[in-house]
Amino acid sequence: MSELTFEGVSVRFGGRRHGLTAVDGVDLTVPGGSVVGLVGESGSGKSTLARAAVGLAPLHAGRILLDGEPVRRGRRSRPALQMVFQDPYSSLDPRMTIGDSIAEATPRRGPARRAEVTRLLDLVGLGADRARAYPGQLSGGQCQRVALARALAGDPRVLIADEITSALDVSIQGAVLNLVREVQRELRLSLLFISHDLAVVRYVSDFIAVMYLGRIVEYGPAEAVLTDPSHPYTRELLAAVSEPVSTGEADPALRAVADVEPADPHAPPPGCRFHPRCPVGPAVLDGRDLCRESEPVPQGHRHLAACHFAAGR
Amino acid sequence: MTTLLTGVRPPRGFTGNAWTRFAARRLARLLISVWVLVTAAFLMIHLIPGDPVRVALGPTASPELVEARRAALGLDQPLWLQYVHYLGGLFSGDTGTSVGTGLPVSEVIADRLPATLELAGYAFLIAVVVSVPVGVGMAVLTRRGRRRKTELAFTSTSVVLGAVPEFLLAVGLVYVFGVQLGWVPVAGRSGLGSYVLPVLALAVGPAAVLARLLRVETLSVLEADYIRTARAKRLPDRIVYFRHALPNALTATITVGGLLLSAMVAGTVLVENVFAWPGLGTTIVESIIAKDYPLVQGIVLVYGTAVLLVNLAVDVALALLDPRSTIKES
Amino acid sequence: MTSPAKSTWAGVLRTPVGAGAAGLLAAVLLLAVLAPLLWSDQASAVDTGRILEGPSGEHWMGTDGLGRDIFFRVLVATGLSVGLALLATAVGVGAGLLLGTAPMLLGRRAGRLVTAVVNIAVAFPGLLLALFFAVVFGVGATGAVLAIGFALAPAFARLAQTLVAKVAGLDYVAAARIAGLGRLRLLVRHVLPNIAEPLVVNATIAAGAALLTFSGLSFLGLGVQAPLYDWGRLLGDGLSSLYVHPAAALAPGTAVVVAGLAFNLFGEAIAKGIGMRTTPVLLRPRVRSAPAARPAVTGEQEPVLAVDDLRVAFPGSTPVRGVSFALRRGEAVGIVGESGSGKTLTALALAQLIEEPGEVSADRLDFLGRPLLDLPARERRHLLGTSFAMVFQDPMTSFNPTQRIGRQLAEVSEQHDGLTRGQALDRAVDRLQAVRVPAAARRAKQFPHEFSGGMRQRAMIGMGMMGAPALIVADEPTTALDVTVQRQVLRLLDSVRTADDVALLLISHDITVVRQFCERVLVMYAGRIVEDLPAADLPARARHPYTRALLAAVPDMSTDRERPLAVIPGRPVDPADVPRGCAFAARCPLADEQCTSADPPLVPDEDGRRVACWHADAVTGLPLVAEEVRVGE
Repeated sequence: MSELTFEGVSVRFGGRRHGLTAVDGVDLTVPGGSVVGLVGESGSGKSTLARAAVGLAPLHAGRILLDGEPVRRGRRSRPALQMVFQDPYSSLDPRMTIGDSIAEATPRRGPARRAEVTRLLDLVGLGADRARAYPGQLSGGQCQRVALARALAGDPRVLIADEITSALDVSIQGAVLNLVREVQRELRLSLLFISHDLAVVRYVSDFIAVMYLGRIVEYGPAEAVLTDPSHPYTRELLAAVSEPVSTGEADPALRAVADVEPADPHAPPPGCRFHPRCPVGPAVLDGRDLCRESEPVPQGHRHLAACHFAAGR
Repeated sequence: MTTLLTGVRPPRGFTGNAWTRFAARRLARLLISVWVLVTAAFLMIHLIPGDPVRVALGPTASPELVEARRAALGLDQPLWLQYVHYLGGLFSGDTGTSVGTGLPVSEVIADRLPATLELAGYAFLIAVVVSVPVGVGMAVLTRRGRRRKTELAFTSTSVVLGAVPEFLLAVGLVYVFGVQLGWVPVAGRSGLGSYVLPVLALAVGPAAVLARLLRVETLSVLEADYIRTARAKRLPDRIVYFRHALPNALTATITVGGLLLSAMVAGTVLVENVFAWPGLGTTIVESIIAKDYPLVQGIVLVYGTAVLLVNLAVDVALALLDPRSTIKES
Repeated sequence: MTSPAKSTWAGVLRTPVGAGAAGLLAAVLLLAVLAPLLWSDQASAVDTGRILEGPSGEHWMGTDGLGRDIFFRVLVATGLSVGLALLATAVGVGAGLLLGTAPMLLGRRAGRLVTAVVNIAVAFPGLLLALFFAVVFGVGATGAVLAIGFALAPAFARLAQTLVAKVAGLDYVAAARIAGLGRLRLLVRHVLPNIAEPLVVNATIAAGAALLTFSGLSFLGLGVQAPLYDWGRLLGDGLSSLYVHPAAALAPGTAVVVAGLAFNLFGEAIAKGIGMRTTPVLLRPRVRSAPAARPAVTGEQEPVLAVDDLRVAFPGSTPVRGVSFALRRGEAVGIVGESGSGKTLTALALAQLIEEPGEVSADRLDFLGRPLLDLPARERRHLLGTSFAMVFQDPMTSFNPTQRIGRQLAEVSEQHDGLTRGQALDRAVDRLQAVRVPAAARRAKQFPHEFSGGMRQRAMIGMGMMGAPALIVADEPTTALDVTVQRQVLRLLDSVRTADDVALLLISHDITVVRQFCERVLVMYAGRIVEDLPAADLPARARHPYTRALLAAVPDMSTDRERPLAVIPGRPVDPADVPRGCAFAARCPLADEQCTSADPPLVPDEDGRRVACWHADAVTGLPLVAEEVRVGE
């Protein structure tokens, strides 16, 4: 069981003038053998954080540690972190049989390799006879199973799952979620599970981290975050999945805040990044200019929230 | 400002001076391209393996003559100095002297350029005037697998016409209309009749390619979501096609249209030689064979500049038609 | 199981154009090899007695200025013409590939420099580049090969760069990188095989272009030099005697055209074989059957929309197979279904936006009491244009990118209400304000790309409100949006509905969204409504096994985290192959013989809820979460 830690991780794209800080000083820990669900909207930087962990996005600042050691990457070193992607079709080479795709990712050589491919296919619920199939001959759900098998082929200590069900039809999502959970428990993997869907994240996660515009705004045990959300953004996400849609607030200020467009990640607002949309922020309540001026730091014990006026504080 | 009050920021890319920035960026690119072009023209002579003067004068020329010619061309100076002289000359309008005729290169070009420009200009005009209605009309007529036979006839004709190179077409036209029918003159530039065949030879291929492309683009535009929106608004077909489909189909075609226009500039070289047209094309071939390097350099510069101007025109046209293109590259 | 590549190649050869082009190309190549071996002597035999003769039995194409046989000269010239063209292509493709893959191999900085150089060079037409290089490399065959090769290189490099960049961005390359593959192995194993087809196609077409350009250079006297000869050279020699002896120019000319065409057609045939197959999408309606219109229902309960046995058919399939429902004023109804269930086609059919070859038929399709299928086109257009609003799924592509937002709204009122341009624009600004677009007057002047997704969807709703809509059909209006923005848009739709008593039909794959937003839910499966029930009855009182399975397969905020999610075995039904009986039977735990033999009708109960299942009453006894069944789908 390995622990994955992000320490002050920042990722920047583009030049100085038109640049975009997709991930901005993120601290996050995936405790050994547990599932951390990372939830956020598009542009929040959650996928970039994942890609940074496996070396697909350059780190601008901070470090990523595996059991306290900086993650090594490069050729020969066996990759201890593996990732499963969103789009099941583009994540498999259409010119390679799925057996070859999996085999490429195993460190084993020779006859042991074939046995390993068979074992992995079996693990994800596909028959060994499928090894000679091409991705085009499989359904989306089956491709996603293959992608999981390939990720497991490297004997990873930590697995990252980036929106693995959002491209699938609803009747198939459940099967893939079940499989991921099962594999995670069986192999006692640490899992960083990324999704925009809070209900899905709730179902698989032991801990939940909420990301907004490149920052983690709330983090804690799943139960605590869901039953007692401290950050107003988390509360809004919860409302979006659990409350019926109503015409909205009577209070014009609250209504105005509820209609504000999400901020442009290229030009995040100063102070607390959520303040223009915040129902308990300076746009609604008097005397909360602090939110415009200074950026809140995550506070709390085990359950952190980056809000100057976090609920219950 | 309202935007501050409501906390709404203008979305990325929108600023009042998007056009200014577009113009500045485009101008910078043009300058760099011109510099590359000028440098390439300058280096052309120096890239020739061996001594270009010796190559030009042949093995029998006396060493004195070679030296004298080298000095006349400035080839005995260090390379950087020659480059500086060359750039300086260009700025003051001096592009050197033709070895063959002794005339200033700029004079030869000024004498020949109008004939070539006329040829390319008319040909492009005709290609566009023919291909736009034909391409768009074909798309509307053959949409969703209707009129299979018309589509097949159109596609095969345009493929064949688009694949026949202009100089072969020119020879064919000369044979049919000049030799067999004797309707129009087949050489020289005298009177309106002499324009018919060269312009046709240049225009047919690009017209076929453009028409085919426009059909494909129009077909794909007609399947776009915003066309469905326009239909959901219950607009008459006329407005759907002309206001919503055509500008978008043209946007996609302009880039290729520009490439075709550039290619047409190059195609004039061949066509002029078939018709003994007194333009730059005949001149550059003569001067390459005669190894009249200053003249070749000058004409290469002219052709190159023409191509760069075409590209500039394409970008400006795109910016006018498609508001997204001004911010695309930032 | 065969690799996908092999089957496409075989497929290309089976088409008539593909087979013809391949045959022609094979003949040209064969001739190029054999002709110089067989007929060189005949071609170079000088006969001063028969100079510039016309075609005869002895000399099929006549003779040239030295009395040599033109027919044989043209045949023999195939070798040099095709050979040099292929050589030049090889030079060009090789140089192009090097330049094109350099950005991936060299890394960001050096790659950018290479890209910039290629970008400048690619703007210049091949012939100009060839002339430039012909000066550098000198007049002659070698010079021409290099010149044409280098002239082809930039375009090929550009193509390779684009393709490499596209494939290198895909997830399987990322996965291979994570697995520790180096750049070169990535390129060789994963990138090149996946871009090979377009590269081969373009190399073939480039060979055709090289052949033509080479002929052009030789024709100008810059290519092959005497005593060697290729087609261009023969053409140039023949041109001067065109008046006396046209065959001398026309024969080599024809040869060039035929050979060039062989390369081109073959390339195009492959391109077509591997290219995207155009997907038919659907627009204008074609009404086939319009059965006797029933008298419009009058009275206070007159529905906004009444649909009875709506069907949408395409050649070979009927994706919507008899949908019936009614919508009252101000009512919010949701249609839920997976992709392929026919929900979007139902929406388009209601909006009369199904186009050929699709066909819409219905026993009844009444909008505001008027039969849409029987209405004269003009009246129908006006009725739908003013009272029926559509909101589409993807706000990014549903606006015309070349027109200002305000203009796109305004044209509705110009068209249907006869407003002037200015009045219509004022109305557009007013409607944008109504859908809470901030700074509406300014934003009306902007283009769609300057709007965010949520704002565009608002503008789309505003477009529907330019008239006085009685019905808004929203097809997955929030699927492309983030959850919080999704909520904003739904809230807006809801406020429009309650303020103006507009009926709303929300189509979604997401049962959670529909439950939150609608009063009534229609569940669709394989082109039919299988259940119609009040949203409040979900999940507990759902009676169709598919509805219950759908609810149990998707986690919501109350799902038991300790139990596995329900799995619906099998795959959704293919509309082209709908089984007899209940379409869901193959995936249903309750299915028996009756289910596979007869399709259950949609039966209403006393509360007006409808369900199409033979075992509807047995279902409520089932636990909502089925025992997990592990199936390989």
